Amino acid sequence: MSTENDSTGIVAVLGVGRVGTVVARSALRAGYSVNVASSGGADRIALLVDVAIPGARATTAADAVRDADIVVVAVPLGKFRSVDPEMLVGKVVVDIMNYWPPVDGHLEDFDGDASSSEVVAQHLGRSRLVKTLNHIGYHELEQDAAPGASQRRALAVASDDEDAAGQVATMIDRFGFDPVIAGPLSAGRRFEPGTAIFNDAFTRSALEAELGLSAIAQA
Amino acid sequence: MEIGIYSFGEVNQYSNGEATTDVGKRLDGLVSLARAADEGGLDVVALGEHHRPDFAVSAPEMVLATMAAETERIRLTSGVTVLSSQDPVRVYQQYATLDHLSHGRAEIVTGRGAFTESFPLFGYDLNDYDELYDEKLRLLLQIREQESVTWSGRHRPSLDAASVTPRAAQSPLPVWVAIGGNPASGVRAGTLGLPMLIGFFSGTEQFVPHVQLYRRAAEQAGHAPDALRLGASGHMFVGKTSQAARDAFFPYYSDYIRQMGLTGGAPLPRRAFEQSIERGLPVGSPQQVIDEIMKRVELLGITRWLGQIDVGNLPFGMVNDSIELFMTEVAPVVRRETAA
Repeated sequence: MSTENDSTGIVAVLGVGRVGTVVARSALRAGYSVNVASSGGADRIALLVDVAIPGARATTAADAVRDADIVVVAVPLGKFRSVDPEMLVGKVVVDIMNYWPPVDGHLEDFDGDASSSEVVAQHLGRSRLVKTLNHIGYHELEQDAAPGASQRRALAVASDDEDAAGQVATMIDRFGFDPVIAGPLSAGRRFEPGTAIFNDAFTRSALEAELGLSAIAQA
Repeated sequence: MEIGIYSFGEVNQYSNGEATTDVGKRLDGLVSLARAADEGGLDVVALGEHHRPDFAVSAPEMVLATMAAETERIRLTSGVTVLSSQDPVRVYQQYATLDHLSHGRAEIVTGRGAFTESFPLFGYDLNDYDELYDEKLRLLLQIREQESVTWSGRHRPSLDAASVTPRAAQSPLPVWVAIGGNPASGVRAGTLGLPMLIGFFSGTEQFVPHVQLYRRAAEQAGHAPDALRLGASGHMFVGKTSQAARDAFFPYYSDYIRQMGLTGGAPLPRRAFEQSIERGLPVGSPQQVIDEIMKRVELLGITRWLGQIDVGNLPFGMVNDSIELFMTEVAPVVRRETAA
């Protein structure tokens, strides 16, 4: 388990629902220090964190993100505007959310052809947004993890900020998956609900082929 | 150990045209299924509530009332009542009535619902998703305890010494909390000291923290451990052999997942289906299904298992074969293995 002077870094997870708890556990297992926050406040999630994410620190959102190297936003998509953009200025932020109307209801913000992460990026304008972890079931994030293994499952990473994408790719690798840099945020459309990538699991080479990156991979 | 079935009453169709899309026929089929389950010795039949054109059941209590008249001993429950978008006063009245019609066999399984179409339909705001459920669940519990109810909250007009009748035959009328993957839901069920039904398809191990949270929250709230109760529910298909079950079920299941929009419009790949079975989806031979139910008993401590017997509006012949094997080869063994 990580300690305060662990060089791996600090991950903050906003939201402790089914997705946030699993991401927080994965980060702890990968050696990160983990801060978690929920709209309900730190006291209300104390028991939940103690039992379901042992080792994580429950705090306020502002405190959770202050020293974080990577912030994972895992709130219901309909509540993405509840995340204060000011506290995330300059931060590497992972958008793990998907737009799924049967559950999210109809959200006008996401009617267009843009990737849902491009819409989220408009709200979090001055953060360094990275789209990933959205095309794997939350339960599979633990079941499919294979740290250090070859021929493991690959996950796509999209961002307009190459350095941010690189930092998140390192985290994905530590989680036990092969990161594949998919390109800018707009490339996120290729692994959203309804795509082949969203509905199945791929190794690195197969994912690169699905993303149309094979030529680059061979170069 | 209680063993039962549940259905959502889907009326989706397949390219081979084998499924029933006629609502009347589908409802008749559900009542027949309840009769077969009752005669075959199953303990529970549950019906979900959906408000979409691809489901025949938006008013499960109506169908359960018909089942009450056609059965003798099986327990009749919702699965789930989407309490967030309903009036707890009306829900109590309906299930109290069902309780009398069935001579004490009614139960309410409450939940927030996997889909959210009922919110706009009944004029609720999805932004209040969790608060609606919490407030209405507490009101339902108050109504269950008191015939004369004085209450005020945010999402329903106040009640001033209101009389909510008839009173249920059972005291108390069982009220469950159904949860999906959200750990906070386990905390809520435990805090309220209510029985908890965990709905999932595979990955039994991942629900151990939910059960721990449920027990810890109950302990903190002062509920006795023996007052707590756990159940699990999920998709199920029983075939004569492992391979026969997989081959028969896969084309329908894969297409159903696509039709429900669970994958955003693509069929479930066979590889993902096989992996789901490896990870605990109860699809296979009777012995495989027994093993999966027993794994839930051992890891989670459940004393009720509900299998979704006709998931995806499976052709009637397949449902008949599956429930027959479930009743004759699965249920007796699980009962024997769980008998103290």
